[in-house]
Amino acid sequence: MTTLDKGKLPPLLLLHPDDNILVARRDIALGELVEMDGETFNMPVAIELGHKLARRALAPDTRVLKYGAPIGSMKIAVARGEHVHLHNLRSDYLPSTSRDMEKKTDGH
Amino acid sequence: MNAVATSPSMQGFLRRDGRKGIRNVVAVAYLVECAHHVSRLIVQKSGSDDVHLIGFPGCYPNKYSLEMMQRLCTHPNVGAVLLVSLGCEGFNREQLRRTIAASGRPVDLLVIQQSGGTTRTLNAGLDIVRKMRAELARQTPVPMAFDELIVGTVCGGSDGTSGITANPAVGRCFDWLIEKGSACIFEETGELIGCERIMASRAITPELGREIEACVDKAANYYRIMGYGSFAPGNAEGGLTTLEEKSMGAYSKSGSSPISGLIKPGDIPPRGGLYLLDVVPDGEPRFGFPNISDNAEIVELIACGSHLILFTTGRGSVVGSAISPVIKVCANPDTYDRMADDMDVNAGRILRGAELDDVGREIFELVQSVARGALSKSEALGHQEFILTYKQFEPIGPACLPAA
Repeated sequence: MTTLDKGKLPPLLLLHPDDNILVARRDIALGELVEMDGETFNMPVAIELGHKLARRALAPDTRVLKYGAPIGSMKIAVARGEHVHLHNLRSDYLPSTSRDMEKKTDGH
Repeated sequence: MNAVATSPSMQGFLRRDGRKGIRNVVAVAYLVECAHHVSRLIVQKSGSDDVHLIGFPGCYPNKYSLEMMQRLCTHPNVGAVLLVSLGCEGFNREQLRRTIAASGRPVDLLVIQQSGGTTRTLNAGLDIVRKMRAELARQTPVPMAFDELIVGTVCGGSDGTSGITANPAVGRCFDWLIEKGSACIFEETGELIGCERIMASRAITPELGREIEACVDKAANYYRIMGYGSFAPGNAEGGLTTLEEKSMGAYSKSGSSPISGLIKPGDIPPRGGLYLLDVVPDGEPRFGFPNISDNAEIVELIACGSHLILFTTGRGSVVGSAISPVIKVCANPDTYDRMADDMDVNAGRILRGAELDDVGREIFELVQSVARGALSKSEALGHQEFILTYKQFEPIGPACLPAA
Protein backbone atom coordinates (compact mmCIF):
# COMPACT_ATOMS: atom_id res chain seq x y z
CA MET A 1 0.00 0.00 0.00
CA THR A 2 1.99 2.97 -1.19
CA THR A 3 -0.64 5.08 -2.87
CA LEU A 4 -3.02 7.39 -1.10
CA ASP A 5 -6.55 6.03 -1.38
CA LYS A 6 -8.73 9.14 -1.32
CA GLY A 7 -11.99 7.19 -1.70
CA LYS A 8 -11.75 5.62 1.75
CA LEU A 9 -12.08 7.05 5.22
CA PRO A 10 -8.91 8.88 6.26
CA PRO A 11 -6.89 6.55 8.55
CA LEU A 12 -6.00 9.36 10.97
CA LEU A 13 -8.59 11.07 13.17
CA LEU A 14 -8.29 14.60 14.50
CA LEU A 15 -10.57 14.59 17.56
CA HIS A 16 -10.38 18.31 18.34
CA PRO A 17 -8.89 21.25 16.40
CA ASP A 18 -6.52 22.10 19.28
CA ASP A 19 -5.05 18.59 19.45
CA ASN A 20 -1.37 18.02 18.73
CA ILE A 21 -1.88 14.28 18.25
CA LEU A 22 -3.93 12.21 15.82
CA VAL A 23 -5.54 8.80 16.44
CA ALA A 24 -5.28 5.79 14.11
CA ARG A 25 -8.70 4.75 12.88
CA ARG A 26 -7.23 1.38 11.82
CA ASP A 27 -3.83 -0.34 11.79
CA ILE A 28 -1.48 1.74 9.60
CA ALA A 29 1.64 0.22 8.01
CA LEU A 30 5.17 1.61 7.95
CA GLY A 31 5.65 3.61 4.76
CA GLU A 32 1.91 3.93 4.12
CA LEU A 33 0.91 7.28 2.67
CA VAL A 34 -1.62 9.02 4.85
CA GLU A 35 -3.19 12.43 4.86
CA MET A 36 -2.24 14.73 7.71
CA ASP A 37 -3.65 18.27 7.80
CA GLY A 38 -4.18 18.28 4.05
CA GLU A 39 -0.70 16.98 3.21
CA THR A 40 0.33 13.50 2.16
CA PHE A 41 2.67 12.04 4.74
CA ASN A 42 4.85 8.91 4.62
CA MET A 43 4.39 6.97 7.87
CA PRO A 44 7.75 6.69 9.65
CA VAL A 45 6.42 3.89 11.92
CA ALA A 46 3.63 1.30 11.93
CA ILE A 47 0.73 2.25 14.21
CA GLU A 48 -2.09 0.12 15.57
CA LEU A 49 -5.77 1.03 15.77
CA GLY A 50 -6.45 3.41 18.67
CA HIS A 51 -2.83 4.55 19.05
CA LYS A 52 -1.62 8.15 18.72
CA LEU A 53 0.94 9.91 16.59
CA ALA A 54 2.40 13.41 16.70
CA ARG A 55 0.54 15.90 14.52
CA ARG A 56 3.59 18.16 14.64
CA ALA A 57 7.10 18.05 16.17
CA LEU A 58 6.74 18.06 19.97
CA ALA A 59 9.43 19.37 22.35
CA PRO A 60 10.08 17.91 25.82
CA ASP A 61 7.49 19.03 28.41
CA THR A 62 4.94 19.93 25.73
CA ARG A 63 1.40 19.38 27.00
CA VAL A 64 -0.21 16.76 24.77
CA LEU A 65 -3.82 17.57 23.86
CA LYS A 66 -6.44 14.95 22.93
CA TYR A 67 -10.20 15.75 22.78
CA GLY A 68 -8.84 19.31 23.28
CA ALA A 69 -7.80 18.38 26.84
CA PRO A 70 -4.35 17.73 28.32
CA ILE A 71 -3.50 14.03 28.64
CA GLY A 72 0.12 14.38 29.86
CA SER A 73 3.49 15.90 28.91
CA MET A 74 6.24 14.82 26.54
CA LYS A 75 9.26 13.19 28.22
CA ILE A 76 11.46 13.66 25.13
CA ALA A 77 11.26 15.38 21.76
CA VAL A 78 9.48 13.60 18.90
CA ALA A 79 9.24 14.36 15.20
CA ARG A 80 6.00 14.78 13.29
CA GLY A 81 4.33 11.43 12.60
CA GLU A 82 6.09 9.56 15.44
CA HIS A 83 4.19 7.17 17.69
CA VAL A 84 3.25 8.95 20.95
CA HIS A 85 2.99 6.45 23.80
CA LEU A 86 4.50 5.22 27.10
CA HIS A 87 8.09 5.65 25.86
CA ASN A 88 7.78 9.40 25.31
CA LEU A 89 4.61 10.64 27.07
CA ARG A 90 4.08 10.79 30.86
CA SER A 91 1.05 11.39 33.00
CA ASP A 92 0.77 14.68 34.87
CA TYR A 93 -1.16 12.80 37.56
CA LEU A 94 -0.27 9.17 38.25
CA PRO A 95 2.23 6.85 36.54
CA SER A 96 0.95 4.15 34.15
CA THR A 97 1.90 0.48 34.24
CA SER A 98 2.55 -1.97 31.44
CA ARG A 99 2.73 -5.75 31.48
CA ASP A 100 6.51 -6.13 31.07
CA MET A 101 7.31 -3.85 33.95
CA GLU A 102 5.77 -4.30 37.35
CA LYS A 103 7.03 -0.83 38.07
CA LYS A 104 6.26 2.71 37.06
CA THR A 105 6.98 3.75 33.53
CA ASP A 106 7.99 7.30 34.28
CA GLY A 107 9.76 9.49 36.73
CA HIS A 108 6.93 10.26 39.17
CA MET B 1 -36.69 9.99 18.58
CA ASN B 2 -40.22 9.70 17.16
CA ALA B 3 -39.92 5.99 16.44
CA VAL B 4 -39.60 5.36 20.15
CA ALA B 5 -43.05 6.72 21.00
CA THR B 6 -44.69 3.78 19.23
CA SER B 7 -42.53 1.10 20.91
CA PRO B 8 -44.30 -1.15 23.39
CA SER B 9 -43.81 -0.10 26.99
CA MET B 10 -41.06 -1.35 29.23
CA GLN B 11 -42.38 -3.58 31.99
CA GLY B 12 -41.50 -4.29 35.57
CA PHE B 13 -42.55 -6.21 38.67
CA LEU B 14 -44.03 -3.78 41.17
CA ARG B 15 -42.42 -3.90 44.65
CA ARG B 16 -43.85 -2.69 47.93
CA ASP B 17 -41.58 0.40 47.94
CA GLY B 18 -43.07 1.48 44.61
CA ARG B 19 -40.02 0.61 42.53
CA LYS B 20 -40.31 -1.81 39.62
CA GLY B 21 -37.91 -4.59 38.63
CA ILE B 22 -37.21 -5.65 35.05
CA ARG B 23 -36.28 -9.14 36.28
CA ASN B 24 -37.73 -11.38 38.99
CA VAL B 25 -34.68 -13.10 40.39
CA VAL B 26 -34.33 -15.42 43.37
CA ALA B 27 -31.05 -14.41 45.03
CA VAL B 28 -29.13 -17.03 46.99
CA ALA B 29 -26.74 -15.12 49.24
CA TYR B 30 -23.82 -16.60 51.16
CA LEU B 31 -22.86 -14.55 54.21
CA VAL B 32 -19.26 -15.76 54.46
CA GLU B 33 -16.94 -17.60 52.06
CA CYS B 34 -17.46 -20.77 54.13
CA ALA B 35 -21.07 -20.86 52.87
CA HIS B 36 -20.16 -20.10 49.25
CA HIS B 37 -19.94 -23.65 47.92
CA VAL B 38 -23.23 -24.78 49.42
CA SER B 39 -24.91 -21.66 48.03
CA ARG B 40 -23.39 -22.24 44.60
CA LEU B 41 -24.65 -25.83 44.61
CA ILE B 42 -28.17 -24.61 45.41
CA VAL B 43 -28.01 -22.18 42.47
CA GLN B 44 -26.55 -24.72 40.04
CA LYS B 45 -28.88 -27.54 41.00
CA SER B 46 -31.94 -25.27 40.89
CA GLY B 47 -31.52 -25.54 37.12
CA SER B 48 -32.85 -22.02 36.58
CA ASP B 49 -31.14 -18.98 35.08
CA ASP B 50 -33.36 -16.84 37.31
CA VAL B 51 -31.65 -18.05 40.49
CA HIS B 52 -28.56 -15.89 41.07
CA LEU B 53 -25.62 -16.28 43.43
CA ILE B 54 -24.48 -13.28 45.43
CA GLY B 55 -22.65 -12.97 48.74
CA PHE B 56 -19.95 -11.53 50.92
CA PRO B 57 -16.80 -13.54 51.69
CA GLY B 58 -15.51 -11.89 54.87
CA CYS B 59 -15.92 -13.22 58.41
CA TYR B 60 -15.46 -9.80 60.05
CA PRO B 61 -18.43 -7.45 60.24
CA ASN B 62 -18.37 -4.33 58.06
CA LYS B 63 -20.99 -1.58 57.85
CA TYR B 64 -20.51 -1.08 54.10
CA SER B 65 -20.98 -4.73 53.20
CA LEU B 66 -24.10 -5.05 55.36
CA GLU B 67 -25.60 -1.96 53.72
CA MET B 68 -24.66 -3.22 50.27
CA MET B 69 -26.25 -6.62 50.93
CA GLN B 70 -29.42 -4.93 52.20
CA ARG B 71 -29.61 -2.79 49.06
CA LEU B 72 -28.88 -5.72 46.76
CA CYS B 73 -31.36 -8.09 48.41
CA THR B 74 -34.10 -5.45 48.16
CA HIS B 75 -33.17 -4.40 44.61
CA PRO B 76 -36.29 -4.20 42.43
CA ASN B 77 -34.94 -6.95 40.12
CA VAL B 78 -34.88 -9.34 43.10
CA GLY B 79 -38.13 -11.09 43.97
CA ALA B 80 -37.06 -13.38 46.81
CA VAL B 81 -33.92 -14.17 48.82
CA LEU B 82 -32.44 -17.25 50.44
CA LEU B 83 -29.65 -16.41 52.91
CA VAL B 84 -27.02 -19.07 53.61
CA SER B 85 -24.88 -18.71 56.72
CA LEU B 86 -22.22 -21.04 58.07
CA GLY B 87 -23.20 -20.04 61.57
CA CYS B 88 -20.22 -18.49 63.29
CA GLU B 89 -19.41 -15.55 60.95
CA GLY B 90 -19.70 -11.93 62.01
CA PHE B 91 -22.25 -10.91 59.36
CA ASN B 92 -25.43 -9.47 60.88
CA ARG B 93 -27.73 -11.99 59.20
CA GLU B 94 -30.75 -11.17 61.37
CA GLN B 95 -30.70 -7.50 60.38
CA LEU B 96 -30.38 -8.48 56.72
CA ARG B 97 -33.26 -10.92 57.05
CA ARG B 98 -35.46 -8.30 58.79
CA THR B 99 -34.71 -5.72 56.07
CA ILE B 100 -35.69 -8.16 53.31
CA ALA B 101 -38.84 -9.28 55.13
CA ALA B 102 -39.85 -5.64 55.71
CA SER B 103 -39.58 -5.07 51.94
CA GLY B 104 -42.37 -7.61 51.40
CA ARG B 105 -40.17 -10.21 49.75
CA PRO B 106 -40.16 -13.89 50.61
CA VAL B 107 -36.94 -14.56 52.57
CA ASP B 108 -35.51 -17.59 54.30
CA LEU B 109 -32.32 -18.33 56.18
CA LEU B 110 -30.34 -21.56 56.31
CA VAL B 111 -27.52 -21.93 58.83
CA ILE B 112 -25.28 -24.77 57.69
CA GLN B 113 -24.11 -25.67 61.20
CA GLN B 114 -27.73 -26.02 62.32
CA SER B 115 -29.05 -27.65 59.15
CA GLY B 116 -26.56 -30.50 59.46
CA GLY B 117 -23.91 -29.82 56.84
CA THR B 118 -23.58 -29.57 53.07
CA THR B 119 -26.06 -32.11 51.78
CA ARG B 120 -28.89 -31.35 54.19
CA THR B 121 -28.51 -27.59 53.62
CA LEU B 122 -28.43 -28.13 49.86
CA ASN B 123 -31.62 -30.18 49.91
CA ALA B 124 -33.38 -27.71 52.19
CA GLY B 125 -32.18 -24.84 49.98
CA LEU B 126 -33.45 -26.47 46.78
CA ASP B 127 -36.83 -26.96 48.38
CA ILE B 128 -37.01 -23.32 49.50
CA VAL B 129 -35.90 -22.01 46.10
CA ARG B 130 -38.49 -24.16 44.33
CA LYS B 131 -41.26 -22.69 46.48
CA MET B 132 -39.95 -19.15 45.99
CA ARG B 133 -39.88 -19.60 42.22
CA ALA B 134 -43.43 -20.90 42.21
CA GLU B 135 -44.52 -17.86 44.17
CA LEU B 136 -42.68 -15.44 41.85
CA ALA B 137 -44.15 -17.16 38.78
CA ARG B 138 -47.58 -15.94 39.91
CA GLN B 139 -46.52 -12.28 39.71
CA THR B 140 -47.25 -10.41 36.50
CA PRO B 141 -45.30 -7.43 35.26
CA VAL B 142 -46.91 -4.02 34.81
CA PRO B 143 -46.02 -1.19 32.42
CA MET B 144 -42.94 0.75 33.44
CA ALA B 145 -42.12 4.35 32.48
CA PHE B 146 -38.76 5.98 31.76
CA ASP B 147 -38.90 7.92 35.02
CA GLU B 148 -38.95 4.59 36.89
CA LEU B 149 -35.77 3.37 35.21
CA ILE B 150 -32.21 3.64 36.53
CA VAL B 151 -29.31 2.83 34.19
CA GLY B 152 -25.66 2.58 35.19
CA THR B 153 -22.59 2.63 32.98
CA VAL B 154 -19.12 1.21 33.45
CA CYS B 155 -16.15 0.67 31.18
CA GLY B 156 -13.78 -2.29 31.26
CA GLY B 157 -10.81 -3.13 29.08
CA SER B 158 -10.70 0.38 27.66
CA ASP B 159 -8.46 1.15 24.71
CA GLY B 160 -7.75 3.99 22.31
CA THR B 161 -11.12 3.49 20.61
CA SER B 162 -13.31 3.60 23.76
CA GLY B 163 -13.38 7.37 24.08
CA ILE B 164 -14.15 7.86 20.39
CA THR B 165 -16.92 5.32 19.80
CA ALA B 166 -18.64 3.36 22.60
CA ASN B 167 -18.32 5.90 25.40
CA PRO B 168 -19.73 8.93 23.55
CA ALA B 169 -22.45 6.66 22.09
CA VAL B 170 -23.50 5.67 25.62
CA GLY B 171 -23.35 9.40 26.44
CA ARG B 172 -25.94 10.09 23.72
CA CYS B 173 -28.15 7.31 25.06
CA PHE B 174 -27.82 8.80 28.57
CA ASP B 175 -28.85 12.24 27.29
CA TRP B 176 -32.01 10.78 25.73
CA LEU B 177 -32.87 8.67 28.79
CA ILE B 178 -32.44 11.67 31.09
CA GLU B 179 -34.59 13.79 28.78
CA LYS B 180 -37.34 11.20 29.30
CA GLY B 181 -36.95 11.23 33.07
CA SER B 182 -34.62 8.29 33.81
CA ALA B 183 -31.80 8.41 36.33
CA CYS B 184 -28.40 7.58 34.85
CA ILE B 185 -25.27 6.84 36.88
CA PHE B 186 -21.64 7.02 35.77
CA GLU B 187 -18.76 6.24 38.06
CA GLU B 188 -15.20 5.48 38.99
CA THR B 189 -13.88 8.80 40.18
CA GLY B 190 -10.39 7.24 40.04
CA GLU B 191 -10.91 6.98 36.28
CA LEU B 192 -12.08 10.59 36.07
CA ILE B 193 -8.84 12.06 37.39
CA GLY B 194 -8.06 14.99 35.11
CA CYS B 195 -11.75 15.70 34.36
CA GLU B 196 -12.64 17.20 37.73
CA ARG B 197 -12.89 20.82 36.64
CA ILE B 198 -14.94 20.09 33.52
CA MET B 199 -17.26 17.90 35.60
CA ALA B 200 -17.61 20.50 38.33
CA SER B 201 -18.67 23.06 35.74
CA ARG B 202 -21.60 20.77 34.77
CA ALA B 203 -22.90 20.47 38.35
CA ILE B 204 -26.35 21.96 38.97
CA THR B 205 -25.02 23.98 41.94
CA PRO B 206 -21.56 25.43 42.72
CA GLU B 207 -21.63 23.52 46.04
CA LEU B 208 -22.08 20.23 44.18
CA GLY B 209 -19.25 21.26 41.85
CA ARG B 210 -16.94 21.68 44.83
CA GLU B 211 -18.00 18.29 46.21
CA ILE B 212 -17.18 16.69 42.84
CA GLU B 213 -13.71 18.28 42.72
CA ALA B 214 -13.02 17.18 46.29
CA CYS B 215 -14.14 13.64 45.52
CA VAL B 216 -11.77 13.36 42.53
CA ASP B 217 -8.95 14.76 44.71
CA LYS B 218 -9.75 12.04 47.23
CA ALA B 219 -9.52 9.42 44.47
CA ALA B 220 -6.17 10.76 43.20
CA ASN B 221 -4.78 10.71 46.72
CA TYR B 222 -6.09 7.20 47.37
CA TYR B 223 -4.62 5.76 44.17
CA ARG B 224 -1.32 7.56 44.80
CA ILE B 225 -1.03 5.70 48.11
CA MET B 226 -1.95 2.43 46.37
CA GLY B 227 0.97 3.06 43.99
CA TYR B 228 -1.06 2.45 40.84
CA GLY B 229 -3.65 4.45 38.99
CA SER B 230 -6.66 2.63 37.57
CA PHE B 231 -4.73 1.72 34.47
CA ALA B 232 -4.16 -1.87 33.33
CA PRO B 233 -1.52 -3.18 30.89
CA GLY B 234 -4.22 -3.86 28.30
CA ASN B 235 -5.16 -0.17 28.32
CA ALA B 236 -1.62 0.66 27.14
CA GLU B 237 -1.54 -2.14 24.57
CA GLY B 238 -4.73 -0.67 23.14
CA GLY B 239 -3.15 2.74 22.67
CA LEU B 240 -3.93 4.57 25.91
CA THR B 241 -0.87 6.13 27.50
CA THR B 242 -1.90 8.01 30.62
CA LEU B 243 -4.57 7.87 33.29
CA GLU B 244 -5.91 11.29 32.33
CA GLU B 245 -6.21 10.15 28.71
CA LYS B 246 -8.20 7.12 29.84
CA SER B 247 -10.24 9.47 32.04
CA MET B 248 -11.17 11.80 29.19
CA GLY B 249 -12.39 8.81 27.20
CA ALA B 250 -14.32 7.37 30.13
CA TYR B 251 -15.82 10.75 30.93
CA SER B 252 -17.63 10.88 27.58
CA LYS B 253 -19.96 8.11 28.82
CA SER B 254 -21.65 10.78 30.92
CA GLY B 255 -23.07 12.57 27.87
CA SER B 256 -23.85 16.26 28.11
CA SER B 257 -26.63 16.55 30.72
CA PRO B 258 -26.09 18.64 33.85
CA ILE B 259 -24.82 16.60 36.82
CA SER B 260 -27.64 16.43 39.38
CA GLY B 261 -25.92 14.65 42.22
CA LEU B 262 -22.93 12.87 43.71
CA ILE B 263 -23.83 9.55 45.34
CA LYS B 264 -22.00 6.73 47.11
CA PRO B 265 -22.56 2.96 46.83
CA GLY B 266 -26.08 2.12 48.04
CA ASP B 267 -27.47 5.65 47.59
CA ILE B 268 -30.47 5.55 45.25
CA PRO B 269 -30.99 8.60 43.00
CA PRO B 270 -34.07 10.41 44.37
CA ARG B 271 -35.29 11.35 40.87
CA GLY B 272 -34.24 11.41 37.24
CA GLY B 273 -31.04 13.07 36.06
CA LEU B 274 -27.34 12.34 35.80
CA TYR B 275 -25.49 11.15 38.91
CA LEU B 276 -21.80 10.57 39.59
CA LEU B 277 -21.09 7.57 41.81
CA ASP B 278 -18.11 8.01 44.15
CA VAL B 279 -16.67 4.52 44.59
CA VAL B 280 -13.45 5.48 46.42
CA PRO B 281 -13.58 4.76 50.18
CA ASP B 282 -13.40 7.60 52.70
CA GLY B 283 -10.63 7.98 55.25
CA GLU B 284 -7.18 6.45 55.18
CA PRO B 285 -6.84 3.53 52.72
CA ARG B 286 -7.65 0.46 54.77
CA PHE B 287 -8.87 -2.45 52.66
CA GLY B 288 -6.83 -2.09 49.46
CA PHE B 289 -7.81 -0.98 45.98
CA PRO B 290 -11.18 0.78 45.69
CA ASN B 291 -12.51 -1.72 43.15
CA ILE B 292 -10.45 -4.80 42.46
CA SER B 293 -12.18 -5.57 39.15
CA ASP B 294 -15.00 -4.36 36.89
CA ASN B 295 -17.67 -6.46 38.60
CA ALA B 296 -17.07 -4.68 41.92
CA GLU B 297 -18.11 -1.45 40.18
CA ILE B 298 -21.11 -3.13 38.57
CA VAL B 299 -22.29 -4.41 41.98
CA GLU B 300 -22.08 -0.88 43.39
CA LEU B 301 -24.08 0.52 40.46
CA ILE B 302 -26.71 -2.16 41.11
CA ALA B 303 -26.76 -1.32 44.84
CA CYS B 304 -27.67 2.23 43.73
CA GLY B 305 -30.75 0.78 42.03
CA SER B 306 -29.49 0.31 38.46
CA HIS B 307 -31.90 -1.92 36.57
CA LEU B 308 -29.36 -2.55 33.86
CA ILE B 309 -25.77 -1.73 33.08
CA LEU B 310 -24.23 -0.37 29.88
CA PHE B 311 -20.72 -1.83 29.77
CA THR B 312 -18.34 -0.36 27.20
CA THR B 313 -15.22 -2.29 26.24
CA GLY B 314 -12.40 -1.85 23.76
CA ARG B 315 -10.16 -4.84 24.49
CA GLY B 316 -13.18 -7.11 24.93
CA SER B 317 -14.77 -8.04 28.26
CA VAL B 318 -17.19 -10.95 28.52
CA VAL B 319 -18.64 -10.38 32.00
CA GLY B 320 -22.27 -10.02 32.98
CA SER B 321 -23.69 -9.74 36.46
CA ALA B 322 -26.03 -11.23 38.97
CA ILE B 323 -29.28 -9.26 39.54
CA SER B 324 -29.12 -6.72 36.68
CA PRO B 325 -28.56 -7.40 32.96
CA VAL B 326 -25.34 -6.11 31.41
CA ILE B 327 -25.44 -4.76 27.85
CA LYS B 328 -22.04 -4.90 26.15
CA VAL B 329 -21.12 -1.98 23.88
CA CYS B 330 -17.94 -2.80 21.95
CA ALA B 331 -15.77 0.19 21.07
CA ASN B 332 -13.20 -1.50 18.87
CA PRO B 333 -14.31 -2.89 15.48
CA ASP B 334 -11.50 -5.49 15.40
CA THR B 335 -12.48 -6.73 18.87
CA TYR B 336 -16.10 -6.90 17.75
CA ASP B 337 -15.14 -9.05 14.78
CA ARG B 338 -13.29 -11.42 17.14
CA MET B 339 -15.87 -11.52 19.96
CA ALA B 340 -19.21 -10.72 18.32
CA ASP B 341 -21.02 -13.48 20.28
CA ASP B 342 -20.38 -11.56 23.51
CA MET B 343 -21.19 -8.08 22.21
CA ASP B 344 -24.65 -6.49 22.04
CA VAL B 345 -23.64 -3.37 20.11
CA ASN B 346 -20.83 -2.77 17.60
CA ALA B 347 -19.95 0.86 18.35
CA GLY B 348 -16.61 0.34 16.61
CA ARG B 349 -18.40 0.73 13.31
CA ILE B 350 -18.19 4.48 13.97
CA LEU B 351 -14.50 4.18 13.01
CA ARG B 352 -15.61 2.65 9.71
CA GLY B 353 -17.99 5.49 8.91
CA ALA B 354 -21.19 4.93 10.98
CA GLU B 355 -22.82 7.88 12.75
CA LEU B 356 -22.46 8.31 16.52
CA ASP B 357 -26.17 9.16 16.84
CA ASP B 358 -27.19 5.94 15.07
CA VAL B 359 -25.16 3.85 17.50
CA GLY B 360 -26.51 5.89 20.41
CA ARG B 361 -30.05 5.20 19.19
CA GLU B 362 -29.34 1.47 18.89
CA ILE B 363 -28.22 1.44 22.55
CA PHE B 364 -31.27 3.49 23.59
CA GLU B 365 -33.60 1.02 21.89
CA LEU B 366 -31.75 -1.98 23.29
CA VAL B 367 -32.14 -0.57 26.82
CA GLN B 368 -35.90 -0.60 26.27
CA SER B 369 -36.02 -4.07 24.78
CA VAL B 370 -33.93 -5.53 27.64
CA ALA B 371 -36.28 -3.68 30.02
CA ARG B 372 -39.16 -5.50 28.28
CA GLY B 373 -37.51 -8.82 29.07
CA ALA B 374 -35.22 -9.54 26.11
CA LEU B 375 -31.96 -11.16 27.24
CA SER B 376 -28.66 -9.35 26.73
CA LYS B 377 -25.79 -11.40 25.26
CA SER B 378 -24.06 -11.88 28.60
CA GLU B 379 -27.34 -12.95 30.21
CA ALA B 380 -28.02 -15.49 27.47
CA LEU B 381 -24.49 -16.86 27.91
CA GLY B 382 -25.13 -17.36 31.62
CA HIS B 383 -22.74 -14.69 32.93
CA GLN B 384 -23.74 -13.85 36.51
CA GLU B 385 -20.47 -12.59 38.01
CA PHE B 386 -20.58 -11.03 41.44
CA ILE B 387 -17.96 -9.64 43.81
CA LEU B 388 -18.25 -7.67 47.04
CA THR B 389 -15.39 -6.84 49.38
CA TYR B 390 -14.59 -4.62 52.37
CA LYS B 391 -14.85 -0.82 52.18
CA GLN B 392 -15.75 2.11 54.37
CA PHE B 393 -17.71 5.26 53.55
CA GLU B 394 -18.99 8.35 55.29
CA PRO B 395 -22.54 9.43 54.35
CA ILE B 396 -22.84 11.94 51.47
CA GLY B 397 -22.96 15.64 52.36
CA PRO B 398 -26.05 17.88 52.06
CA ALA B 399 -24.82 19.51 48.81
CA CYS B 400 -24.63 16.16 47.00
CA LEU B 401 -28.29 15.60 46.11
CA PRO B 402 -30.70 17.85 44.21
CA ALA B 403 -33.02 19.90 46.48
CA ALA B 404 -36.49 18.42 47.01
